[in-house]
Amino acid sequence: MKRKLLYIFLTFIFCITALTSYSQQQRFPKPEFSSGYEQPDVVTPEPRSGGFEYLDVAVLLVVLSLAAWFALRKRSRQGILWLSVFTLVYFGFYRNGCICSVGSFQNITLSFFDAGYSVSISTLLFFLLPLIFALFFGRVFCAGACPLGAIQDLLIVKPLSLPKWLNKTLGLIPYIYLALAVLFAATGTDFIVCRYDPFVGIFRMDAKFHMIVLGISFLLMGMFVARPYCRFLCPYGVLLSWMSRFSKWHLTITPSLCIKCKLCTTSCPFDAIDFPVNEKEIVQSGPGTKKFIVYAMLIPLWIVAGAFVGERSHLYLSRANQNVYLAELLISDPEIKNDPDNIDVQTFLESGKTMETLVEEAEVMRGQFKTGSMIAGGFIGLVIGLTLINTTVFRKRQDYVPHRGNCLSCGRCMDYCPVEK
Amino acid sequence: MESKSKSKNRREFIQSGVRLSLALALGSVSGLALSRSIKDDYVWQIDPFECTQCGRCATDCVMTPSAVKCVHAYDLCGYCDLCGGYFKPDANELTTAAENQLCPTAAIERKFIEEPYFEYIINEDLCIGCAKCVKGCTSFGNGSLHLQIIHDICLNCNDCSIARVCPSDAIKRVKATEAYNIKGDFTENPES
Repeated sequence: MKRKLLYIFLTFIFCITALTSYSQQQRFPKPEFSSGYEQPDVVTPEPRSGGFEYLDVAVLLVVLSLAAWFALRKRSRQGILWLSVFTLVYFGFYRNGCICSVGSFQNITLSFFDAGYSVSISTLLFFLLPLIFALFFGRVFCAGACPLGAIQDLLIVKPLSLPKWLNKTLGLIPYIYLALAVLFAATGTDFIVCRYDPFVGIFRMDAKFHMIVLGISFLLMGMFVARPYCRFLCPYGVLLSWMSRFSKWHLTITPSLCIKCKLCTTSCPFDAIDFPVNEKEIVQSGPGTKKFIVYAMLIPLWIVAGAFVGERSHLYLSRANQNVYLAELLISDPEIKNDPDNIDVQTFLESGKTMETLVEEAEVMRGQFKTGSMIAGGFIGLVIGLTLINTTVFRKRQDYVPHRGNCLSCGRCMDYCPVEK
Repeated sequence: MESKSKSKNRREFIQSGVRLSLALALGSVSGLALSRSIKDDYVWQIDPFECTQCGRCATDCVMTPSAVKCVHAYDLCGYCDLCGGYFKPDANELTTAAENQLCPTAAIERKFIEEPYFEYIINEDLCIGCAKCVKGCTSFGNGSLHLQIIHDICLNCNDCSIARVCPSDAIKRVKATEAYNIKGDFTENPES
């Protein structure tokens, strides 16, 4: 009853004000005070920007240079260790994990596909600088400048060596993650790498419960399987490893000649040291040429299979998009329109957008997902095919050398090498 | 010995060739990105005219409590005694007693100015961005209360987790130099 009265009262006042002050659109015009009241200002604290984002870029540049210097010239594990502590404190706990290079490729992707979005120069530099450094010095970004890597690196307790087949198989996950992240970023759906960043909640000391659980379990796992996120998930690591494989210079285990003392073999927690190839063994296992040709012929098949899987899963993937989700929900369950608790549906109904427009938008989005999933699937198929080919290729090697793609340039092995300069 | 150095030469040649092409690819990607880049940085902000006060700002921000707070555009306020943003619709009486208040955290301070006007001030430390008062003010009053992302709290995530779930897509990237959409002039409503 009281509520009704209130509504009547408000409607009454509204009518009065609407009638009396025709030009005034407000329901209750601002009063003119006689007591000399001064209204307070609206406080709008400025965002942290301006020169500060370039400060972050400068810090990144300095850290990368120092990491490259420590890894390649000074050959100091100690230096890299302290550098990663600094990175953890600055980019991790002080900057709260944002801005970070790992997710930046999504911004670049979105800027290519969304005409309304453009990247800021600082984001572009965060994407670019680690890759350029990797092209010249190897993955020094992973060693010293990545807060996600740093937090895992400092918590390695007793790293286990994984069998080679497991390393290779798990090593495919980052490619899948990369392909999906690019697909979701290109369609403007989501930045999954940022959303499922397991450590950002720890840097912020605040996150959803399941993300904290995920972060802590990654850290616990990381005590025994060293840097699991970097090796088996990080999509940016894929790009870095492409660059690093062809880098101009790279960290070496020994400062001069390898004496094959094997002291370094157990030093690498990431199984990234390649052992010398025993040529007799290769001869015994037969020439890989035949296998190589078969696997090479299989590559197109892999690509087609991948594209097929992508095509089959595009409906499922497209549901991550809000419009597609809503359209499907409304079509499959029209009764939901009467559910007052479904915020999405209610907002859509109030917005005045017609069902036809929504379905049309969803169809377009689905089409994009179809093409995108097929490309992503084809890419993953190609990667699987190439990985298989890689198993048949033997490189002649006489020394113990770091694997250029997988080596994170942490420098642990350098401490184990007894060779003096 | 010679063949070894030859094969090494070949490997080096391939290496530098691929390196060059990778550098070119990187250069072209960044060049393309650079041509579409802006100097200004982006921040997230709510368009108060598109906000439907669904309440997700309070629950979906990565910060607890949310970086979204209610701000008061005093220029629009009618300084009413019966404030749709302050009182529950079924309030027993128009006093500051907790059971009459709409705000779940009592973040709105009601201050007497002169008969019959009252000033309403948002205590930002208590506000959780639930938009209950905004809904009340927008449906019954002038709409002077509205939500904004407060930028000394906001971490400016790469992908704003509230923007993703916002049912009316009211949260958008805006330029960092124009970081707020404070309702100033009633006539600025794009829909009117």
